[in-house]
Amino acid sequence: MGIISRGFGGRRRESVPGLPPGQYLTHDFPVLSAGPTPRIPLDRWRFTVTTETGEKKSWNWTEFQALPAEDVTVDIHCVTKWSKLGTTWRGVSLDTLLADVESSADYTMVHSFGGYTTNVPMEDLLDGKAWVAYKFDGEDLEPEHGGPARLLIPHLYFWKSAKWVNGVQLMPDDEPGFWEAAGYHMYGDPWREQRYQGD
Amino acid sequence: MTAQTDRVPDGPALDRPVLDGNAMAGDLREIFAVDVTVARYMCAGCTHTDAVATLVVWHQSPGLVARCPNCSDVVLRVVRAPDRVYLDLRGSVRLEVPLEGS
Amino acid sequence: MARTAVSGRLIWRAATVAAAHWETPTARTLVLDVPDWPGHLPGQHVDVRLTAEDGYRAQRSYSIASAWPHPEGKVELTVQRLDDGEVSPYLTDTVEPGDQIELRGPVGGWFVWRDTQPAPVLLIGGGSGVVPLMAMVRARATAGTKQPFRLIYSARTPEDVLYADELRRRVRDDAGLDIHYVYTRKTPDNWPSAPKRIDVAALNTYGWPPDFAPDCFVCGPTTFVEAAADILVALGHDPRRIRTERFGGTS
Repeated sequence: MGIISRGFGGRRRESVPGLPPGQYLTHDFPVLSAGPTPRIPLDRWRFTVTTETGEKKSWNWTEFQALPAEDVTVDIHCVTKWSKLGTTWRGVSLDTLLADVESSADYTMVHSFGGYTTNVPMEDLLDGKAWVAYKFDGEDLEPEHGGPARLLIPHLYFWKSAKWVNGVQLMPDDEPGFWEAAGYHMYGDPWREQRYQGD
Repeated sequence: MTAQTDRVPDGPALDRPVLDGNAMAGDLREIFAVDVTVARYMCAGCTHTDAVATLVVWHQSPGLVARCPNCSDVVLRVVRAPDRVYLDLRGSVRLEVPLEGS
Repeated sequence: MARTAVSGRLIWRAATVAAAHWETPTARTLVLDVPDWPGHLPGQHVDVRLTAEDGYRAQRSYSIASAWPHPEGKVELTVQRLDDGEVSPYLTDTVEPGDQIELRGPVGGWFVWRDTQPAPVLLIGGGSGVVPLMAMVRARATAGTKQPFRLIYSARTPEDVLYADELRRRVRDDAGLDIHYVYTRKTPDNWPSAPKRIDVAALNTYGWPPDFAPDCFVCGPTTFVEAAADILVALGHDPRRIRTERFGGTS
């Protein structure tokens, strides 16, 4: 493993039983970013579902805010080993967004303003497992944390919870998104420690 | 120099690149016997050409994302897993790597 | 030859802290004994990795402050303590001579100065960005070469200036080295101007004229590097002769 650094503590953390393997508990909310923060005026915001046949269903911000929303409390697990428990969000379930969509696609590509993408199997978006979240901790989601809205899919590593989300494209086959193409795991289950390709 | 690689940020997140390609030197030198930061890239987006060291890297991310300083397109991505390093070069048309003695 | 894996790749290895001393109340130089050090060029850096007892790891990069060869065959790093930092406070406050740290290097072949380069040199450093530039100043002295060096060093206050005594001595003893200080928060007594950030006037007055075609090296926080490099280009310096190294944070 290498040498242990005498007396090194590092960032305040706890190794709490019940966390996924290799994770540490943090009380901070680290901001990780692959590029400049997109600044999206609400009157330009849209969320679009595109089926594998090209059919589109789209909401602007006003329409989106009119959809039934839920308050959820979830644990999040970042691939950089930080876990944060009991985070509270408000968002629209993907079950609601995909309710009237006709599709036989098994896979999806989630898209964000700024070009970020991440792939998620269709069944992982459904049945109460994912939301498009626009409030965190009772406040509007800040741009540096993915606002106006981000995907929230807590059962997968948090890189899958795409910030600045603007749509979901349904696909028949799985394809790697931004980080998956660069070496991260296609699925990303923290409980099986699927951080990198081949894990 | 305190370049911060692949860990939780020490300070407030900045909305500008805080590191550059020099920060990738160590990860890349673990996989290549040459220093890739002196290699010249050509951006697949805008054809801007310069040393890999001049690519701009945003505040921490899982892995390092190096963008073209001219057009901000992603040129390189480096992901260091415990026992392997992924280098994604698709944003670069090519790399020109000087040989020893040049 | 570097102690590397058979294929010539670089690996992590243990270095021992041989000695340590404070440069300022918040910056400390670690003098390291690194077995089989292959030598390095001024401007290169090392990556330092710390591992806690539970396996938790943190890693940062630090510029090498010393030149090579070194009178005692050692490698020096100067670490600026960041209050909310994870690695720097450990290196400034906890590590002691006899301790080992894990490092990988030397790396980074672009932001380097070679004593065979004949051009005059302009060094522009912000805060701890002066560390790799100091390696260049020291390397020039070790090599005994004559390219004239001008260093423009921006620090918050006189108390934050790294290597203050050594720089004073070097300027006194070497006609080919000039230094201009820019203070951004507090100036020394009798300073002719108020605190300010690096600007066109400073680079124009204390830098080299563009038609001298100097090799320019700019290092510091990202906002400082962008500002200084933009000024150099605006003054007419060839962008291809400007090398920059950014590190995290604001100025």
